[in-house]
Amino acid sequence: MNDPFASAFPLRAGRAHEVTGQGATAFAAIVCGLGTKADQRPSLWLVEDWRADLINPVGLACFCDPSRLLLVRVPDQKSMLACAEEALRSGAVSCVVTELPRALSFTAGRRLQLAAEEGKSTGILMIGEGMGNNAAESRWHCAPLFSPHLHQIKTVSSLSHSSDSTLQRWQLIKNKSGTLGCWDIIWDAETRRVIVVSEVGERPYSAAQGRGRALCSHVAAE
Amino acid sequence: MVAPFALTLQQSNAERIYCLNAMAEEQGVQRGMGLADARALCPDLQTMPANQEADNQFLHLLARWAGRFCPWVGLEGPDGLVLDVTGSTHLFGGEQALLETLDERLGRAGLSAQLALADTRGAAWALAHYGAWQPGSVSPAENKGGGVAQGGRDLSSQLAPRGKSLEVLGALPVAALRLDEKICTGLLRLGVRTIEALYALPRATLTRRFGLEPLMRLDQALGHREEAISPLSEAPHYGVRMSLPDPIGLADDVMAVTGKLLDRLCDKLDREGCGARILQLTMRRLDQAASQVELRLARPMREACRILPLFERGVGEVDAGFGIDMVRLEAVAVEPMVDEQMTSIVLGGATGSKERGGPLAAGMSESRSLDDLITRLGSRIGLENVFRFIPADSHIPERSFSLQPAAWSAPVGLWPGAGGTEGSEVSRGSENVGMGPPRPVRLFPPEAIVLPLSCELDMDRREPPEHFRWRRMQLSVARARGPERIAPEWWWEDPLWRSGIRDYWWVETRQGWRLWLFHTPQNRLAHLSSWFVQGEFA
Repeated sequence: MNDPFASAFPLRAGRAHEVTGQGATAFAAIVCGLGTKADQRPSLWLVEDWRADLINPVGLACFCDPSRLLLVRVPDQKSMLACAEEALRSGAVSCVVTELPRALSFTAGRRLQLAAEEGKSTGILMIGEGMGNNAAESRWHCAPLFSPHLHQIKTVSSLSHSSDSTLQRWQLIKNKSGTLGCWDIIWDAETRRVIVVSEVGERPYSAAQGRGRALCSHVAAE
Repeated sequence: MVAPFALTLQQSNAERIYCLNAMAEEQGVQRGMGLADARALCPDLQTMPANQEADNQFLHLLARWAGRFCPWVGLEGPDGLVLDVTGSTHLFGGEQALLETLDERLGRAGLSAQLALADTRGAAWALAHYGAWQPGSVSPAENKGGGVAQGGRDLSSQLAPRGKSLEVLGALPVAALRLDEKICTGLLRLGVRTIEALYALPRATLTRRFGLEPLMRLDQALGHREEAISPLSEAPHYGVRMSLPDPIGLADDVMAVTGKLLDRLCDKLDREGCGARILQLTMRRLDQAASQVELRLARPMREACRILPLFERGVGEVDAGFGIDMVRLEAVAVEPMVDEQMTSIVLGGATGSKERGGPLAAGMSESRSLDDLITRLGSRIGLENVFRFIPADSHIPERSFSLQPAAWSAPVGLWPGAGGTEGSEVSRGSENVGMGPPRPVRLFPPEAIVLPLSCELDMDRREPPEHFRWRRMQLSVARARGPERIAPEWWWEDPLWRSGIRDYWWVETRQGWRLWLFHTPQNRLAHLSSWFVQGEFA
């Protein structure tokens, strides 16, 4: 398949991936939802227990089924990594999301990678900006995107109900087994799939074009 | 006993005296009397409602304690114990000494008991209930409630010497034979007041008139007919141990021993139809120090092969010192567990393929491996830290779901609004579209935003401001939808919602953030900040 998004996006199972940016929560929820739907295994979401900003299952309901999601609150990063490794290795869950407040060492990242391979589960590491780890299979930067001309796009206007505009820009800024890319996507809550609206640079509208180009040049530089 | 006191019980729509102390008895209060009558007789009567369940529990406790005197302890009615002390009295220095020991120990515990010892169960019952009865007293029932005089009590009258039951019982009223109220009255009408008189009657006529019961009870009391005592069954004990001839120190050896113990324990659990919830592995070392590994399971379990790997981590951390010479495994908490159909699981688990065992087996082995994972995580960070989301019926965003520990809750079938997971066409059509207002994917405690001065001054403005600062970012609003007014739930005291109603807005900024803002108009009157951010949308 020569569509770069299709080769990149349903994330490679049995690997640990990194995601950063404001849209990381939605990205992780989408991966959980698709993973749970594909292999009927629940997902695990790990957070440190001091965090006040919790995921809201009611809001996540349009991305994944919150009843198949387990929330684990851990006291510190060390036990979070231990729990994530245990969960990935067990193979009982399809997806393990970890909200990491601090950067990982290469060893820790590699251990998670091996555990994910063994359990055939997908690991999602939500990291801060610029906190990447070389052991990750891929790294995504997700951010919600504003576009004043959103409804003029044909694909979007056909999805009448998704006027909530879940328009996001997903940039693949590291990929061990493929090329990098940058896509603007919309989540279709009804059919539960990701719709690529257009590739950056080929859009008929000019919203945030300067910014977008800047971001893409950043991608190209990497 | 400083004041008259009684316990009351709601019986047939009236508060009645259930139990009372000696001082209340002296004032003329009786068991079964209405509370109002009792108050009239004894104005300073203190009462409390009786707790029959707790009484029953205490009686069982007492029965367990009584096991120190003989192995055969049964219950007698709601307030009595019956002990078969045959062959164990000599351990306490004879029958009289046994009674004295019992009396002294019960007295020390603050209990007043009516004790009696006789050849038969019936005779002992009669003596215990009516032994202190005098022919002149008001009512035989008076002595039942346990009005034991303090200090020096002569217990010899409560002891029926061997083979002399009739002499001891003869003077007691016929009610002492555990007869019906009706039969007692009938006998009294005939002038048969005492057991002696009953015994003197010809048996044939007695049976013709009153049926078999009086003679049966009489025979039981005098030992002509046997009466068994059914002892309380002992609660099963879920503990196994193994002493080792040579101390062991390797983790593999300890695991092997644990495996053997687990097999025995699980057999026992299987027989009782229970599953272990908390397991405790105690390892005693050569120097008498002991280390414990506690395993809290996410579900009650009794399959040794599943539990054993869960012990690995705990056992690995134990310091064996000079070696371990005794291992003890106990199921500290057990729960009843229903039997599951094993065949399909064994099939699915053994072959390792989901296709072979069918979808049911696949689903079950799935949930089993998840339970094992929860147990593993629980042994690391505590079972109470693994949560499941349960939907709750509330408009307040923080309370529209609840976090329940996953080990003690079951998942909901389908999240309201979370269609799409293999949902049929009907459910798909109805849910997502008309689901109600959108909710953010991430909620946080409200954070005040900084408004531009122009908005600050405009007192009547209800719409979101065009520009604002939040988290040190300058944001400008591109689109806003709202307001959605949510009022606090008055039946639920929540300090966060004390400020009153909130008007929620979905706001999309030109910088990309999609935020959930709310406005509390009433705050503005108090010159507090009235705009807050509470969540982020996808």
